[in-house]
Amino acid sequence: MTGSAVHVSGLEKSYKDLQVLRGVDFDVARGSIFALLGSNGAGKTTIVKILATLLKADAGTAGVNGFDVASQPADVRQSISLTGQFAAVDEILTGRENLVLVARLRHLANPAAIADDLLDRFALTEAATRPVSTYSGGMRRRLDIAMSLIGSPPVIFLDEPTTGLDPQGRLEVWQAVRELAAAGTTVLLTTQYLDEAEQLADRIAILHDGRIIVDGTLAELKALLPPAKVEYVEKQPTLEDVFLALVGSDNEDEK
Amino acid sequence: MTTQFFGDTAVLTRRSLRHITRSFDTIITTAITPIAMMLLFVYVLGGAIETGTDSYVTYLLPGILIITIASGIAYTAYRLFQDMTSGIFDRFHSMPIARSSVLWAHVVTSVVANLVSIVVVVVVALIMGFRSGAGVLGWLAVAGILILFTLALTWMAVIPGLTAKTVDGASAFSYPLIFLPFISSAFVPTETMPGPVRWFAENQPVTSIVNAIRALFAGTPVGADLWVALAWCVAILVVAYLFAMAVYRRKLA
Repeated sequence: MTGSAVHVSGLEKSYKDLQVLRGVDFDVARGSIFALLGSNGAGKTTIVKILATLLKADAGTAGVNGFDVASQPADVRQSISLTGQFAAVDEILTGRENLVLVARLRHLANPAAIADDLLDRFALTEAATRPVSTYSGGMRRRLDIAMSLIGSPPVIFLDEPTTGLDPQGRLEVWQAVRELAAAGTTVLLTTQYLDEAEQLADRIAILHDGRIIVDGTLAELKALLPPAKVEYVEKQPTLEDVFLALVGSDNEDEK
Repeated sequence: MTTQFFGDTAVLTRRSLRHITRSFDTIITTAITPIAMMLLFVYVLGGAIETGTDSYVTYLLPGILIITIASGIAYTAYRLFQDMTSGIFDRFHSMPIARSSVLWAHVVTSVVANLVSIVVVVVVALIMGFRSGAGVLGWLAVAGILILFTLALTWMAVIPGLTAKTVDGASAFSYPLIFLPFISSAFVPTETMPGPVRWFAENQPVTSIVNAIRALFAGTPVGADLWVALAWCVAILVVAYLFAMAVYRRKLA
């Protein structure tokens, strides 16, 4: 347990008659990116909500940063940041005000300086004084993630961080997640996109029917299948390649 | 912990007050319906209404203020509903803050917003000829009753704000509240109403609140109406608060 940033064992949760989690076990190593992969309704968000102390589990234990979510929720909240399934930003406030708000709530000294630094890191300085309602999807997600970094929590939960984003926004978010992990933050992300898990995660767990059915590195998961066959296929550019080549040159999305 | 609660509530209240100053139309929409009603009743229907007083706008204002609050709290439910669906409510709750400050910030904002609307309506009433013989104490007493009533209705508004599935659902609960003053002493004296209607009108909360405010404005003795009004406000406040907190706790289970 000491080595892991997140420890989940025997987790169960039902909504009325619907049993969503039927005994979930996994561990996330400190400083790693862990992807929870599963289709819609598999229970990914339920796990994240339990870990973020927003829901109580029916059975099993969950620990974050060495603290138990049920008995030490305040310590858990001190250790985490949650980026929910929809960018949880205040639409009416400006990007800068959103960051200052979170810095104030975390009781940090000098909220203004923290906000300016993050705006710069996430390429939002130009849009800083505009209401968030005018932001593109990618900018909103970037702001969302920037808000999660305030106070440097050791563990960050990203619940479907790229759902609903265009390809360019997706790449921006991926870049932000990689930078996070490079700085030593533990990232637990949920996704329904296989390529996202493949691109980002050090370790992948597949959640199906309320249980983790596989848990391992990408190489380990691939080893579960018959060895790769060698075939000659002409590599065509994917539509995503074409799209990004045509529009992707300017990374500052001005919509 | 307590200092943290007040600090966090202040930060979050500042946030939701910004929502109001940036969409000032919510204050205007809150005030415009009661003002329109006041114009309609004073200049169109009022001439035919016998209240036994010389100025109908003076008779009418207390009821109009109740309608102002009843329509104002629809926005409280709306703002809370927006926070619930946008996920920012969850974000705040997963942060190391005093959790109850998230709800209290909405409550404080609701009181401030409603007071601003009330001031707007009172100013219009003064222009239309409303006059009061009340001294400073009388005005303070009126403000006290209105704040208590706003608090009571605000906690009521928290319930649909937390549980509604759609925006319309979040604000629909205020329609019957807006209608309630019509079956009270707010527009016409209850003596002219037929038996059962009169019984209802005389025993529902709006009548005692309106009568108490009317007496305070006139500077005449308030009598039992004041205590009945306060009892109603406190009772609604306590029941709505307990119910809202139960709903809130279930949301976090």
